[in-house]
Amino acid sequence: MPRTAFTPSITSRPTYAPLRPHPAAPALMLADADGAEALMELAAADPALMARAHVIYIPAGAAHGPGLRALGSAMYHEAPSFAAATERFRKALTDARMGTQLYLAGTEGLIGQATAEALAAGLPADAIQAEHRGTIARRMQCVHCKGMTEDVTTDPFTCAHCGLVLFVRDHFSRRLGAFQGVCVDAETPGILPETQEIRA
Amino acid sequence: MNALELRVAAVDPISPLVTRFRFEHPEGATLPPFSGGAHVVVEMPDDGILRRNAYSLISDPLDGRAYEIAVRREDTGRGGSRFMHHRVKAGDMLRVTRPINLFSLDLRARKHVLIGGGIGITPFLAQLAQLTRLQAPFELHYAARTRSEAAGLSLLPDMPQVHVHISDEGNRMDLGAILGHQPLGTHVYTCGPEGLIAAVDDTAARLGWPRGALHSEAFLAPPPGTPFAVTLASGRRIEVGPHESLLEALEAAEVPVDWSCRGGACGRCETRVAACHGRIEHNDHWLTDDEKAAQTKIMPCVSRFAGETLTLDL
Ligand code: FES
Repeated sequence: MPRTAFTPSITSRPTYAPLRPHPAAPALMLADADGAEALMELAAADPALMARAHVIYIPAGAAHGPGLRALGSAMYHEAPSFAAATERFRKALTDARMGTQLYLAGTEGLIGQATAEALAAGLPADAIQAEHRGTIARRMQCVHCKGMTEDVTTDPFTCAHCGLVLFVRDHFSRRLGAFQGVCVDAETPGILPETQEIRA
Repeated sequence: MNALELRVAAVDPISPLVTRFRFEHPEGATLPPFSGGAHVVVEMPDDGILRRNAYSLISDPLDGRAYEIAVRREDTGRGGSRFMHHRVKAGDMLRVTRPINLFSLDLRARKHVLIGGGIGITPFLAQLAQLTRLQAPFELHYAARTRSEAAGLSLLPDMPQVHVHISDEGNRMDLGAILGHQPLGTHVYTCGPEGLIAAVDDTAARLGWPRGALHSEAFLAPPPGTPFAVTLASGRRIEVGPHESLLEALEAAEVPVDWSCRGGACGRCETRVAACHGRIEHNDHWLTDDEKAAQTKIMPCVSRFAGETLTLDL
């Protein structure tokens, strides 16, 4: 799956540059599904990088595991979901030293949640690189009930927690690693705009 | 500049080269609090020249009873530190600006690593008080070649977080070891000679530290030099003496120029150059290399000129 190109948007909307190898620094890498391909390209750009890398992969149905493992990283782990990988990821962050680079590749949900964890652990924002691959589904927070709805692909969508119909805003919270959804029919209850596919 | 009229309450020699000055409000009023790393500019009426030198505050930032500075005597400088050492006595009144901080701690940091050399230890002394009060994790490293060059040594409190490295005694500071093992969220602050700041930057870059976690301050004393003249937009000509800075010469001529650090670091005194036939001796840390090469801007607090004519947009 190729890199996702985003249309211009408001400034809080994150965009994700291609991953670039940072020489000589220890590396922590986290990818889901098609994000694995971005890590493979990164490894091809600087083969020496993998000897210092700790890779955590969430295959989510993709078949890149063996290829990723074959890159020969210092440590390699797979987990079925971000939640399942969180413990290991947190431990890796706790043990990390200043200078460590974090490489994230995959969906915005993964990038957002992992960035939020890393910042909370004290990793400086400028030590984090991310590349978007795969689905453009968004992780949305309902600003009313604060519930998170994963894999949102339409606008508006229905909050999985409180049932309000929410407008998908481009407003992204780095702290939460999620976009913000606001009630779309607050002033005109029941009058809803036509549902559209979210575009990147 | 918004200055306070303060009384010199104490003058304490603390090493052959370094003297501590304590300033209090003449009526005992509380002085404005500051944050660690802040400096004040002291006005020195020195035989017709009004010198103004910036000094980091070394006292506890929340102790409003007094401001303290430490001045190292520079025998080859322009005379500001000699004035402080030889002419200032307890009981004197001096004008001192309100504190300004160009080198504050980033309080979002998880840990603070302070690296100082020579008299570059001064901004850290107030930061130590601040960090201790905040109970924030920190370590301080003070480096010097010999114990006798370690002018700041006697100012340092005896704390387990304070590490002194004297290379002559075989415990040279190992920046790789210091920066190689810091937890995530650590910020590094460096103050001292250029070489020390460059060494910290290089080591940090080699270890993959992001720029945003690195802070440094190098106040430059305005260097003396050969006399020169500048022309103002009005056609007026102003002579700058060998032991005077361009900024001081402009002030003596009552040409208003804004300033804050007087050490080439803050950018406040940036002045446009209308014409330049000759070479501007850029001594500042503010202008980029391209700006310096273009010779269309000058920082009058530290920079000088050699050549035919320099016309300033003033
Ligand atoms: S006064 Fe700060 S750079 Fe000149």
